[in-house]
Amino acid sequence: MDQGTNPKLQESKNKRRITKTDVQQFLLKGRAFIALILVLVVFTSLSPQFVSPDNIVIITKHVAINAILAIGMTFVILSGGIDLSVGSIVGLTAMIAGGLINEGIQLPQLGIIIYPHTWMIVVISLAIGTLMGTISGFIITRFNVAPFIATMGMLYVARGLAGLRNNGYTFPNIVGRPEYGNTGFQILGAGDFLGVNYSIWIMVAFSIIAYIVTTRMAFGRHVYAIGGNERAAELSGVRINKTKIIVYSISGFCSATVGLIIASQLVAAHPLTGDTFELTAIAAVVLGGTSLAGGRGSIGGTLIGAFVIGVLGDGLIMMGVSSFWQKVIKGAVIVLAVIIDQVQARMQDRIALQKQQEIK
Amino acid sequence: MLEKDPVLDVGSPVEADTIVLTAHNITKIFPGTVALDDVSFNVHKGKVSVLIGENGAGKSTLMKILAGVEQPTSGKVLLDGKEINLKSPLDASRLGIGIIYQELNLCLNLSVVDNIFLAREICQNGIIDKKIEKQKAIDLIHRLEQSINPNELVGELRIGQQQIVEIAKALAQDVRVLIMDEPTSALSASEVEILFRVIRDLKAHGVSIIYISHKLEELLQIGDFITVFRDGKKVADEEASNVTVPWLIEKMVGRNPAALFTRREHEIGEVLLKVEDLTLPRIGGGYLLDHLSFDLREGEILGFYGLMGAGRSDLVDCLAGAKLQTKGKIWLNGNPITSKSVTDRIKAGFVLVPEDRQRFGLVQTLSVKDNMLLASLKNYMRKIFLLNKKEKIATDQQVKELSIRVASTQQPITSLSGGNQQKVVVAKGLLTKPKVLLLDEPTRGIDVGAKSEIFEIMNRLALQKYGVIFVSSELKEVLALSDRIIVMSKGAITGEFTHDEATEEKLVLASAIGHGPSNGGNNNGSGN
Repeated sequence: MDQGTNPKLQESKNKRRITKTDVQQFLLKGRAFIALILVLVVFTSLSPQFVSPDNIVIITKHVAINAILAIGMTFVILSGGIDLSVGSIVGLTAMIAGGLINEGIQLPQLGIIIYPHTWMIVVISLAIGTLMGTISGFIITRFNVAPFIATMGMLYVARGLAGLRNNGYTFPNIVGRPEYGNTGFQILGAGDFLGVNYSIWIMVAFSIIAYIVTTRMAFGRHVYAIGGNERAAELSGVRINKTKIIVYSISGFCSATVGLIIASQLVAAHPLTGDTFELTAIAAVVLGGTSLAGGRGSIGGTLIGAFVIGVLGDGLIMMGVSSFWQKVIKGAVIVLAVIIDQVQARMQDRIALQKQQEIK
Repeated sequence: MLEKDPVLDVGSPVEADTIVLTAHNITKIFPGTVALDDVSFNVHKGKVSVLIGENGAGKSTLMKILAGVEQPTSGKVLLDGKEINLKSPLDASRLGIGIIYQELNLCLNLSVVDNIFLAREICQNGIIDKKIEKQKAIDLIHRLEQSINPNELVGELRIGQQQIVEIAKALAQDVRVLIMDEPTSALSASEVEILFRVIRDLKAHGVSIIYISHKLEELLQIGDFITVFRDGKKVADEEASNVTVPWLIEKMVGRNPAALFTRREHEIGEVLLKVEDLTLPRIGGGYLLDHLSFDLREGEILGFYGLMGAGRSDLVDCLAGAKLQTKGKIWLNGNPITSKSVTDRIKAGFVLVPEDRQRFGLVQTLSVKDNMLLASLKNYMRKIFLLNKKEKIATDQQVKELSIRVASTQQPITSLSGGNQQKVVVAKGLLTKPKVLLLDEPTRGIDVGAKSEIFEIMNRLALQKYGVIFVSSELKEVLALSDRIIVMSKGAITGEFTHDEATEEKLVLASAIGHGPSNGGNNNGSGN
């Protein structure tokens, strides 16, 4: 969001007093943020407790789950792809972590069971989730499969594997046992730092890292370049395949992180964890102004998008709106956001015309 | 400023005539065609080696091999006498071989700076040093004597400026050999001059240039060695000092060049199109089109000449209905035209042959026939069904009339040469039964033979009472073809000449008006 267009805006502001057209432009540019404030104001006026500190923390905790997925998804969509497998990878990672805690690594040939340390379990789970993304990326680049298809395949495979892990059953009470030295998994979901839940800190950390990568690092620029004009990027010497594989790996890693957080928060791993999360993540990215065609968008926008969806969801629940209406409203908001995005382009021409008349 | 130029670090002064890069017995076979047939080619240190040939002669293929984009079927590439293996553009770039591609290869969603340093970002501890990048970009742009804002998105630049960015991108690398595949196809005369100065500067620092162009005078002006390709074979290799334009044309086409650039007289009729006060504002101030008024008669070829960014393309876009925010009045055959959608304008009788054939003229995934019919499909339908027979008759007729060289109209459009693709775009326009043809740089990037065929077609259309608006940045073409020439500068009309009045000098002079403090000048001398 902060490339190219902003200097113009600032220039025009420096030159003259703020005019009506400036305000219009500002409203369009900051529309996601304005939508967020609007949603907050509406719910607060309906129920004053909505913005109480406790409630804000709860909402942010919910948002964190979607935001972390959406950060990974932003990379994928910026590169011109899509990742439908994130929800399934969330479920698979949760099942793997749960299984490792409750059952360990069983080697029947040798008749032994290894119970890894909790931190080892986290590392293994993250690695497997990332690997799933890497595989998607590999299939997309090496075999030239459309991202939609490759990740849809992964959606089924990962969900299937999640079910297979325990024959469709949940791993309950994944707290580990002191004698195996694998306790403490629930701290990830329940623990806090400075009174703020770890999941929120993870979201903050991921956001900062992703922001730096997209705006300040060569890799991020290559992602934008691929999304904008893949051929041009390739001919400039950008390693297209490598970059894309990393992009899907990042998405896999983010999904795995969410899988661990959810399993830890619930202290249980259910094979259907994360079902349809990919759609909420895509919605957050799109709401945040990232173009589905790739090459345009920002991490900041995605975060705001995730908050809009989270606040809207929690708010509607608190208001007691039926879950069916919730879906209708969410769907309408997402499409509306994209419509505004398209209107903005046309609006800019009109604004330019108005400006000229004002000068005269 | 100069010592920061990366290119200047490369060279010691030019020594004796040494060969830097050699393509040795290269053969490249694509499914169905032999693109290069046992071709050898030498690049001399600090010299400009020119490659010339008609479209499909294999020049671009050879360049792609030298740049690592394609791999030869057989043969080898030698750098300083040692065989090198180029598997990717990155390999070539590491060895100091840079390329400016014929089709602009830029990321329109990134800024000028980001494009210039794409895949060669200047990093400190993994973080891009935007300050240094910007400074270097500004230096490069200054070196090309341009005033492009380095933070502007490339997508918001005119095509001419985009080409400058493409050149700057190549200059930003430490190149020993720089391949320029038609670098001037979108540049104005003054920008070409600047580019030539830069090329001479590069030569002086020992950089070798491979230069490809269709503009013959240009080649003789800048080239040291000239190599002519025809049908995938090398047909001539000569020092530039021994070469003349007729010799070049003869080698290239093997045809009599006298037929080129002739103009047949045709009768000019009633006023067909009248435009009054056409205005298009520029985002960020000023006008792209500054209150234009002119008219066009039946059977008239009206040339529009101007530098890049003069607004010629915007003008035809507006007439075709492709730009929304326009003001002004247009009459066709005395009837006011008020609709602003492209569909309605086509119905009214306007049709545009766009400047950028690949991006706006063709659907690459469709066949020749489907491309040709795209704009007039509804004429080939009964109820909701397409009439295959009627389609075939119409397209076959166009193929014959415009002598489009295809084996079958079912062929994919991408299998045609540039000139034949352009003819398909023209055919698409003609099938809409237009009254006014808007040709925006119809000869851009096509070979001499195809150019003369396009001119023939234009002449014939004028004879058939079409009104033709012909936009070009090629002085000679505008002069040779137009019955009347309007010169534009900075969005305004700055001169109007009849065919007999017009000279190169007058046009250039008029095209430079307003390139100083702008007065928003508007002297339409439309003889109405």
